[in-house]
Amino acid sequence: MAFKIIASQCTQCGACEFECPSGAIKFQGENYVIVPEKCTECEGSFDAQQCASVCPVAETCVPA
Amino acid sequence: MSAPAISVESLTGTTSSELASAAVKSGGCASSSCGSSRKPDDMDPAIWDKIKDHPCFSEEAHHYFARMHVAVAPACNVQCNYCNRKYDCANESRPGVVSEKLTPDQALRTVVAVANEVPQLSVLGIAGPGDACYDWEKTKATFQRVANEIPDIRLCISTNGLALPDHVAELADMNVDHVTITINMVDPEIGAKIYPWIFYDHRRYGGIEAARILHERQMSGLEMLSKRGILTKINSVMIPGVNDEHLIEVNKWVKERGAFLHNVMPLISDPAHGTHYGLTGQRGPHPIEIKALQDRLEGGAKLMRHCRQCRADAVGLLGEDRGQEFGLGRVPGEITYDGSKREAYRELVAHERLDHVKAKSDAIDVVKAAGSGKSLLVAVTTKGGGRVNEHFGHAKEFQVYAASPDGISFVGHRKVEQYCLGGWGKDAILDGIVAALEGIDVVLCAKIGNCPKDQLAAAGIRASDAYAHDYIETAISAIYAAASGAPASAATA
Repeated sequence: MAFKIIASQCTQCGACEFECPSGAIKFQGENYVIVPEKCTECEGSFDAQQCASVCPVAETCVPA
Repeated sequence: MSAPAISVESLTGTTSSELASAAVKSGGCASSSCGSSRKPDDMDPAIWDKIKDHPCFSEEAHHYFARMHVAVAPACNVQCNYCNRKYDCANESRPGVVSEKLTPDQALRTVVAVANEVPQLSVLGIAGPGDACYDWEKTKATFQRVANEIPDIRLCISTNGLALPDHVAELADMNVDHVTITINMVDPEIGAKIYPWIFYDHRRYGGIEAARILHERQMSGLEMLSKRGILTKINSVMIPGVNDEHLIEVNKWVKERGAFLHNVMPLISDPAHGTHYGLTGQRGPHPIEIKALQDRLEGGAKLMRHCRQCRADAVGLLGEDRGQEFGLGRVPGEITYDGSKREAYRELVAHERLDHVKAKSDAIDVVKAAGSGKSLLVAVTTKGGGRVNEHFGHAKEFQVYAASPDGISFVGHRKVEQYCLGGWGKDAILDGIVAALEGIDVVLCAKIGNCPKDQLAAAGIRASDAYAHDYIETAISAIYAAASGAPASAATA
């Protein structure tokens, strides 16, 4: 149960990184990635996944 | 008045600094129509002190001082229909476009490199892509590092306003004394046609609710800034059929809340940009529509008419962009600030400006005394400093002034392709320039060849290089007086 980032669509704005309540998103190599072990899909924190809600590109932060 | 006797070269001992000499020798212009261009004598001295070296807030200052933008805050909390967040192109010049995003440390090195080489540098702005208030930690880190290194640089941000109220206190603490808010509507129903969604308080909002929240936050942020004496400029994107008439209402609202300047900008819309408006065929306004709206807004919040809608990583005077010279690859890993060029330039400008103010005032007197009821539209080529000092063939824009019994006022600029490339003029480009100069009576430049001069004449436009290196107003007053049959006594002292 985790989200992932489609790297080819990502604009690398980094909003998801600081919105993530679990600290699960980091810049690794040349892309932002979601560490699946840390991702909670925001359950218990927010109603909607923060990464997907703030991401400017549709279908870029999606269920893994 | 004449070309300045001293140059930055003579002060700094540098001979290679072409830009320094070009800038100072080029001289300044003056205007009276643009709110920000008011002369010091009819402005609160405290406000003049804040804007006198900010090229975007003062039309008069934009002839002398340069800004640079650093793209350190790419995250955004609002989606606008005129913005495509994936866009990145080195050859485009418009808001939101940038070639490389910088970390705060990279930004510091870039700012120091520019400050060492560009003596006119006075303002550091964070203006996208993204939102400086939403991506706050990076904005703050950048400003703190730069202010520590270059204490006299002015800090400036541009924001959509949604996160603004959360950071007004910190902005004030960091001495950020200029803030631009993009406000395209005060009616959420109209806002819903401009903003598909916002991200606020940990959730995404759409439709009228999104626009209502954005509107309330914008107004509250503006009021908070005004209360603290932070100068605000309101940018409004004019979208024909969506908010064009409505901007009159926007102007009233922002004026009531203390906005210092209102800048109405044309929507830039092209399918190739991949924006919602571009892809759906929403057109931008014609220059004549912008001017008509600006004229209707006179008397409300003061208008900025000298905006060039620059790139988010622009460097230099407003009409130029030297950003490519200072890409990360060209900035050393370690660099120390050397303020000598900036200091020398400032001393020179202080002197030059007094001279210019006097020349401008004399020129306006000449125009008024000409006793002619005529209006004259004059297009000028300038490299800065308020002087007629750019060759016709090198100009990438013309600054347009109106001379009439009311005096001389700056009315805007017209962008063109550079006519002369590698020593050869291109006919097709010249046709474009003649078309761009429609309605202009006289062109003033530092130098012009017979071929373009004749072609302009055939289109009813008189071109002259007789006033090369004069102050713009002085040259215009001489032309105006001659056209009115009056002696141009004070014009070419």
